[in-house]
Amino acid sequence: MRRTLYMIPILIGVTLLTFVLFNIFGGDPAQRFAGKHATVEQVQTIRAELGLDRSLPEQYLFFVKQIVTFDYGRSWASKQLISTMITDGLSATLSLTAPAFFASILFCIGLALFSVYGRGTIFDRGTVVVCLALLSISSLVYILGLQYLLAFKGGLFPISGWDPSLTGRWEYLALPWIILFVLNIGPNILIYRTVIMDEAFQDYVRTARAKGLAEKRVYAKHILKNAMIPIITVIVIEMPFLITGSVLLENFFGIPGLGGTLIKALNDSDFPTIKAFTVISAMTYMIFNLLADVLYSLVDPRVKLS
Amino acid sequence: MSSPTASTTLDTATTGLAPTSSHRNSLWWDAFRRFKKSRVGVISFFVIIAYITVAILAALGLIFPNAQMPNQAEAYASISWSHPFGTDIFGRDILGRAVHGIVTAISIGLLASTLSLVIGLVLGALAGYFGGKVDGFVVWLYTTVDSIPYILLIPSLTFVLGRGLINVFIAVGLTSWVTTARLVRGEFFKHKNREYVIAAHAIGAGNRRKIFGHILPNVAHIAFVQFGLGFVSAIKIEVILSYLGLGVDPSQPSWGLMIDDAKNELARPYWGNLAAATLFMFGLILAFNLFNDALREALDPKMKNK
Repeated sequence: MRRTLYMIPILIGVTLLTFVLFNIFGGDPAQRFAGKHATVEQVQTIRAELGLDRSLPEQYLFFVKQIVTFDYGRSWASKQLISTMITDGLSATLSLTAPAFFASILFCIGLALFSVYGRGTIFDRGTVVVCLALLSISSLVYILGLQYLLAFKGGLFPISGWDPSLTGRWEYLALPWIILFVLNIGPNILIYRTVIMDEAFQDYVRTARAKGLAEKRVYAKHILKNAMIPIITVIVIEMPFLITGSVLLENFFGIPGLGGTLIKALNDSDFPTIKAFTVISAMTYMIFNLLADVLYSLVDPRVKLS
Repeated sequence: MSSPTASTTLDTATTGLAPTSSHRNSLWWDAFRRFKKSRVGVISFFVIIAYITVAILAALGLIFPNAQMPNQAEAYASISWSHPFGTDIFGRDILGRAVHGIVTAISIGLLASTLSLVIGLVLGALAGYFGGKVDGFVVWLYTTVDSIPYILLIPSLTFVLGRGLINVFIAVGLTSWVTTARLVRGEFFKHKNREYVIAAHAIGAGNRRKIFGHILPNVAHIAFVQFGLGFVSAIKIEVILSYLGLGVDPSQPSWGLMIDDAKNELARPYWGNLAAATLFMFGLILAFNLFNDALREALDPKMKNK
């Protein structure tokens, strides 16, 4: 309960930070919105329309009201309701990120376990070096390179495009999935390897070995089971990535998800949309962090939530 | 245990000698000796030195002095001895652009990770040492900053600060201190009641002396590793920001801008920009990643006898 209430000051922090950035330092949005050739009267009208003629505390309260009622108003650029833009984009984004996210988790936990099992061997050193090498290439290069090789040259996948129907979109998603999967391999294996390695040096592992358990059983029954606690925490904390993690991919492949909307909003200085995105992703982050804590206390009896 | 004092007790036990006043240095000496044993670590260290040397030479104008000079007559020249990667749309030598990209990358990495390290160390130390209200405030601050995804926070900051090299490093530095602060805070919690701190207190050390003179040297290994990680992520973020048009000025040499150019050139097909930017970035980041990895293992007290 206390952890849930703690979300309130954080949310206030997030709204204050966003508000200070956009409403105070962001320049005059009405001027920006009206364009270069607007007259003074036009700018004044727009300012009144956007509620910018009111005092700063009033504007802030209005912003908080928007968050509480989930009514973020309309985009300055497209005039669409922001809440509709978000629900529309969510399905596309999740169908891109979720499969690749979970597939790479399973693959990487397996590989990390083998790596720790054979620690110090060529396989283990090789895995680490390959992961570090994978991490040393910009994600832009993976996207550009694989799109060029597999879609443009190889013709295996469409270069970009989208089918709004649930059954038709897989064709367009296959290549982005592969790229996202590859992008996740490096960081995931390294994190899981560190976590599993930490467990492998604990006293209970020595005890398990001392009582004569076979090495495979020590790994399957003791190390993996205990390592799953921090691993699940890492996964849950990374969940908001399902929403924000595909910005570049959506941009490259023309997938009408949240990431594409966000980049467009950034390019258009579409303040209300950016603010809505900021607050919503911060809330998602907080909810999943809370979830991670709750899960942690459920799985590990030593942890008590106060 | 991972206590740094463990090494001296061990030494005393094996050699039968009382610990000398240089025991704190011997911890670092140990780490240095372990690092020297890692061939990969030493090689990557020299690769980084080579990059820095080239960057300094380029910044002084001693090599590739005309990399920014457009030369329309030579636009898209193919590979030759004078242009190993060809030339770009403005006829600029791509190799020269990539070399000047090192200057941009290293200055962003250096400045951004220094800024974030200082913020993270100071806030983490204060929070962990004093606890109570100070801790509450710092935790609130970093949870707030952390809950906004960097893909939103950094563009918002650069939006407010304006484009350009210095603003990118301020934006990255102001947003990437959270992990350092969290780790340092945890270490200070652990260390503040250890015997050596209590002993320092008993002989009259004040807060400042205990924080900076006693505890900080014992958590400095975190600072080293975090600095390296911050360096790498700052460079990667700069590349993505510049690609999105939110990073350095288009007139500056940047690997992100080169990849952005490559997006429209691949189909024609001109590979120069993508190949050069990827290769140069790969070399630097991989060297840094391997160096960090070797450094982390050398500094990890648990690895002492391995």
